[in-house]
Amino acid sequence: MLESLVAFGGLVLLRDSIEWEGRDFLKALIKKSALCGKQIHVLGCEVSEEEFREGLDSGINSRVVYHDLFRDPLNWSKTGEAFPGGPLGALRTMCRLTDPRPVTVALDSLSWLLLHFPCSTVCQTLRALCHQDSCGGDRSPGERVNVLGLLHEELHAPGPLGALGSLAQIEVSLRGTMGQASAHILYRKPGHRPTYQTQWFSILPDFSLDLQEGPPLQSQPHPDSHTVLVDPTSHVTFNLHLSKKERETRDSLALPFQFSSEKQQALLRSGPSQASGHILYEPDAYDDLDLEDPDDDLDI
Amino acid sequence: MFPELNHLLNTTPDKAEQGKLTLLCDAKTDGSFLVHHFLSFYLKANCKVCFVALVQSFSHYGIVGQKLGVSLTAARERGQLVFLEALKTSVDIFFQPPVEPHPLQFLREASAGNLQPLFEFVREALKPEDGGEAKWRHPVLLVDDLSVLLSLGVGAVAVLDFIHYCRATVCTELKGNVVALVHDSGDSEDEENDLLLSGLSHQSHLILRAEGLATGFCRDVHGQLRVLWRRPSWPAAQRDRSLTYQYKIQDKTVSFFAKGLSPAVL
Repeated sequence: MLESLVAFGGLVLLRDSIEWEGRDFLKALIKKSALCGKQIHVLGCEVSEEEFREGLDSGINSRVVYHDLFRDPLNWSKTGEAFPGGPLGALRTMCRLTDPRPVTVALDSLSWLLLHFPCSTVCQTLRALCHQDSCGGDRSPGERVNVLGLLHEELHAPGPLGALGSLAQIEVSLRGTMGQASAHILYRKPGHRPTYQTQWFSILPDFSLDLQEGPPLQSQPHPDSHTVLVDPTSHVTFNLHLSKKERETRDSLALPFQFSSEKQQALLRSGPSQASGHILYEPDAYDDLDLEDPDDDLDI
Repeated sequence: MFPELNHLLNTTPDKAEQGKLTLLCDAKTDGSFLVHHFLSFYLKANCKVCFVALVQSFSHYGIVGQKLGVSLTAARERGQLVFLEALKTSVDIFFQPPVEPHPLQFLREASAGNLQPLFEFVREALKPEDGGEAKWRHPVLLVDDLSVLLSLGVGAVAVLDFIHYCRATVCTELKGNVVALVHDSGDSEDEENDLLLSGLSHQSHLILRAEGLATGFCRDVHGQLRVLWRRPSWPAAQRDRSLTYQYKIQDKTVSFFAKGLSPAVL
């Protein structure tokens, strides 16, 4: 699964939620890209460099360039250490990377950019970022930059989400159930119908992916040390249990609407030969059996 | 602090984790008991605490602190507690000549500004003392509460930026903790508050959510507490990622029990 997400150029949108965080999945994709020989540029706005690099081994870390926009993104310290042009300037710099090696750009996160800059600006910059081969430079025409964008779904209205979705080649929505994470992947290839895939997975401590067949069929009851084991049935004022005789009486009871063979016989016996079911009616003088107007309410 | 809550969160004042942002939120109930818990918890843990109190007076927290075994007055006198009493100092902005950027400078600004002066106040309050050995353990910032900043005209993104900078300074640089309370408006369509709550939830390591019972008010069960551990993910595989408990607030403590197993209803 990971190969398909990192192989093609263009924007891969990772949509996560509060319950199912996407940063670990992003790091798993970064690890995969690094193992494929790519150079990774990370625009880090939400976590510190130390926290981001934690868990990635030194070989992977040496291929990751972290552009730190976490410490002072809005230049409040005015020490001159902040990135010139702010986060948008840093993003535009990435549009002009001169590294001849294949490059992956990871945006942590797109939500931060959308909250601080207009949606149209972010989309235009992203488009320029993804289509670097058409901007010239040393990149060969077939090799587009792979952009991984982390997006927190709950923070945005449907408009910006839709705009980013239409820019993306691949959209991965991270969800889960019963403690098991899943990725719902939508592939959009130009000229083809969109295809869907769902994959259950878990992320190992070294950020490799362990693919699974599906959610666990039966959730294991965790040995919960916090719950005090109290039996709620121990002090009730009514009887919850049946004696053997009561159980037998209950089992042998015929339910009123159950269609048993005795009832079937009784119904079959009451055929047309029985005279007690017949209705006799003698119309009297006031009855007017007019078949055309039986209710006598038509004004003819 | 409430010992039962410490047990649920698997923490004690001696081995409190560092570098974490804890988000407290409440929906249809009053979650301020969590603020009192963390205030007394970190004072007992011998941490330097900066408390930005936007909704209540110093004496209010002092009275509750006394019941929980901490004296805020003594803590302030010995320099362990830096207390910004917004209810009192906010009038200084209007009736005193402006000397330097006041932490609550945004109250004077016509358009929604940023909270940089407030951040500078926090940074100044919690910066490590020069020379000598540190008297206190890691610094802690406590904010009660952030939703009132929205009511005072600050934008949700400005509040998120403030907490971002606090996180960068207090959590990452000084290896301290940040605890903030946000109210969840629930049914009312307050988009700014929802944005603030969601944005903070994504930044948090631990989320404690106090909710009123769906069935309404109850004398013996005051609400439900949901605990969600977020980052980092895999150490939490050894424990449950999310827990739900019901609670009852008493005079000097809060008792927690599993859902439906309150001693009063069994």
